[in-house]
Amino acid sequence: MEMKKFKIGLFIPCYIDTFYPQVGVATLELLEKLGQEIIYPPEQTCCGQPLANSGSESEAKATYLNFVKNFQDFDYIVCPSGSCVYHVRHHYDIIEQTTAVKKVRETIFELCEFLTDILQVDDLKIRFPHKVGIHQSCHGLRGLKLSAASELMIQPYSKIHRLLEKAEGIEIIELDRKDECCGFGGTFSIFEPDVSVKMGKDRISDHERNGTEIITAADMSCLMHMEGILRRQKKNIQVKHIAEILNCNAL
Amino acid sequence: MMQHARKAKQFLADEPRTDWHNQTLWIVRQKRDALAASVPGWETLREKASAIKEDALSHLDTYLEQFETEALKNGVTVFWASDADEFNRIILAIIRKHRAKNIVKSKSMLTEECGLNHFLQKEGIEVVDTDLGERIIQFRKEIPSHIVLPAIHLKKEEIGETFHEKLGTEKGASDPTYLTRAARKHLREKFLAADIALTGVNFAVAETGTVVVCTNEGNADMGVHAAPVQVHCMGIEKIVPRQEDLGVFTRLLARNATGQAITTYTSHYRKPKQGGAMYVVIVDNGRSEYIGNPQYMNSLKCIRCGGCMNTCPVYRRTGGHSYGYVIPGPIGSILAPQRNKQKYKDLPFASSLCGSCDNVCPVKINIHEQLYRWRQELTENKQTPFVKRFAMKALGFVLSGNKLYNMAGSLARKAVRYLPDKLLYLPVNAWGRGRELPVPPKQSFKQWYLKNHKDIKS
Repeated sequence: MEMKKFKIGLFIPCYIDTFYPQVGVATLELLEKLGQEIIYPPEQTCCGQPLANSGSESEAKATYLNFVKNFQDFDYIVCPSGSCVYHVRHHYDIIEQTTAVKKVRETIFELCEFLTDILQVDDLKIRFPHKVGIHQSCHGLRGLKLSAASELMIQPYSKIHRLLEKAEGIEIIELDRKDECCGFGGTFSIFEPDVSVKMGKDRISDHERNGTEIITAADMSCLMHMEGILRRQKKNIQVKHIAEILNCNAL
Repeated sequence: MMQHARKAKQFLADEPRTDWHNQTLWIVRQKRDALAASVPGWETLREKASAIKEDALSHLDTYLEQFETEALKNGVTVFWASDADEFNRIILAIIRKHRAKNIVKSKSMLTEECGLNHFLQKEGIEVVDTDLGERIIQFRKEIPSHIVLPAIHLKKEEIGETFHEKLGTEKGASDPTYLTRAARKHLREKFLAADIALTGVNFAVAETGTVVVCTNEGNADMGVHAAPVQVHCMGIEKIVPRQEDLGVFTRLLARNATGQAITTYTSHYRKPKQGGAMYVVIVDNGRSEYIGNPQYMNSLKCIRCGGCMNTCPVYRRTGGHSYGYVIPGPIGSILAPQRNKQKYKDLPFASSLCGSCDNVCPVKINIHEQLYRWRQELTENKQTPFVKRFAMKALGFVLSGNKLYNMAGSLARKAVRYLPDKLLYLPVNAWGRGRELPVPPKQSFKQWYLKNHKDIKS
C-alpha cells in the first residue's frame, strides 16, 4: 500500500497509559506498519478533559500548555480516543491562541478519522472472525462526526464500520439502539454513579440480546466503564479497543 | 451526593419501572425519527427555524413593540410583566376586574414557572388545568415531569386510583378510554362554567399581533370559546416576526415532540370575541438578562417540544422529577440556573454530555455546550462543593507535569493491584458501586515505550 508518510506525535490518553497500555501499543504498531514515523513525546500527561468536564477548566490551563509544548512539532497528532481529540479541538479555546496552540488544535486526529481521512486507508487486510458490536462513543460520534448520528436526517455513514467491515470473517452486530450513550461521561460516572451504571447495563443488554461477542469502540473510556460492569456481572462479553482489532492485520 | 444524583438513585431503585419509563420515551423518540425522516430537508428546516429565532431574539425589542401595536389594533389588551410576581399580580387583577370565579387553564409552562396556580390558590382562587396530563398531576399535587407529557411518569393504574378518589370512577379501573371519558365529562363541566380561560402561547406573530396555541386535546379552544374572557400568557421569546414563519415551526414542533405530523389543534387567536375581552401578558422573568449573552442566548430559542427529554439517556432513566425544576431534562438543566444559580447548581452536571439533545433540537440549541459552560461558571462562582474544587485543583497540578503524573499512574496501578478488595471497594469508591476497577497492567504504556521502543531518542 503506497501512502504518504508523516511525522506523527502519538498521544496516549492518561487512562490508556495507566490501565490499557496494549491499546497504545496497538495504535503505535498499526501506524508503523502503515509506514508512518511515530514519536511518543514522553513528557506528555493528559488533555485536561477530566478537569474541564468537572467545571474546573481554569485549573486545566497548565495541563493544556504542557500538551501543546509536547505536541507542537509534528505533522499530525494521532490519538486512540475521540473524546480527548474533541476536547483539544473544541475546548483549548481558553488559552492564548498562539501559532503552536492553533497548530495543535488543527492537526490532532482520532485514529479512525486519521486512517480514513488522511491516510485514506481502504482495506487493512484484517482477519477477525468474531461477532463484533460497535459502541459509538458520543464525542467521536457527535463531536468528531465519525459516523452519522441517528438523530440527524442525513445520509448514513460510519468511518468505524468502514474500517471494520472489510475484515475477513467479521460479523458486525446490529443493535436495537445503535448509538445510545453508555453512561461513562468522565466524572459523571463518579458523581452520578447510579444512572451511569444503569446506562452501561442497558448498553450491554443490547449487545447481549443481539449476540455480540466483543464490544469495540474508538474510545477506551466507554469500554473501561462497560468492562467494569461486565466483570461485576460476570458476563461473557469482551471489550477491545478498535486499534487492537485493526492491528490484527497482515500488512 | 448531588441532589439530582440522590433523586436519580431513588427513581432507579425500581428498575422495572425505570425500564418502562425509558422504553416509553424511547418509543416517542423513534416516532420522532420516523416523522422527521419523512420531511425532505429536515436539517435545512432546523437551520431555518434557528435562524428565524436568531433574528427574532436579536431584534426582540422591535418585534415585541410591533406585536403590541398590532395586538392593540385588534382590540387586545397587552400587559408587560418583568417577573413572576408581577405576572401573577396582573392575572389576579384581571380575574378581580371581571369578578371571575371559575378559571380554566390550558397548558402553559410559563404559568408553572411563575407558580401561578399556587399564588392564586393563596388568594382563594382555584384554577382548573384542562390538559389531561396536567389535570392528573394537579389532582396529585405534583409538578409536570415532562413539558409535553406532564404525567408520563405515571402508569394507568395510578391514574385510575387518582380518578377513583377525585372523580368517583370505579375502584381498580385503569382502562384508558374509560378514564379519559371520565376526565372529559369532568372537564366539560368546568369549561361550561368558566368565566376566564387562560392559555400559554406557542408563537406570537409580530406582524399580525396573533398568538398561536398548539394542543392535542382542543382544550385551549374549549376554554377560549366557552369563556367570555381569554388571557394568553407568553414569555418574551415566543415572538416570531412573520406569519409565514409559522409554517417552519409547525412543521417541526409536533414531529419533534411526539412524532405526529401536526398537533391536533393549531389555534390562532387574534381578536376578542363579541362582548368579550382578550388579554396578552408578556413576561420577561429573567429572560432578557440572557439575550445579550452569546454563551447562553441560544437557549431562548426553545419552542418547548420536549424532544431533548425524549432522547436524553439520563432523563429517560431518572424521570423528570429528579431535576427539581419545572422544566426538566437537558433544556431545563440550562434554563434552571438562569433562574437561580444556587438552587439549581447541580443540574448542569446531571448529564453525560452525550450531545444527543443538540442533534434533535429543532432550533439547534447547543445544549451540551451550554451545560459545559454552566459547569465552568458555577465552579468559578464557588457554587460546586469545596471538596470537588479542591480535588480538581490538585488533579490539575498532577496532570500539568510529567513527574507527578507518572507517580500518580504508578500509584493507581499499585493500589488496584495490592489493596484488598474490602478497602478498594469501600462506599467512598463511587466507581466500584456497580463496576469493577480495571485490571492493572504491569507497566504503563509510557514505561513500555521507554523500555522497548527501539527508536527512542531521549
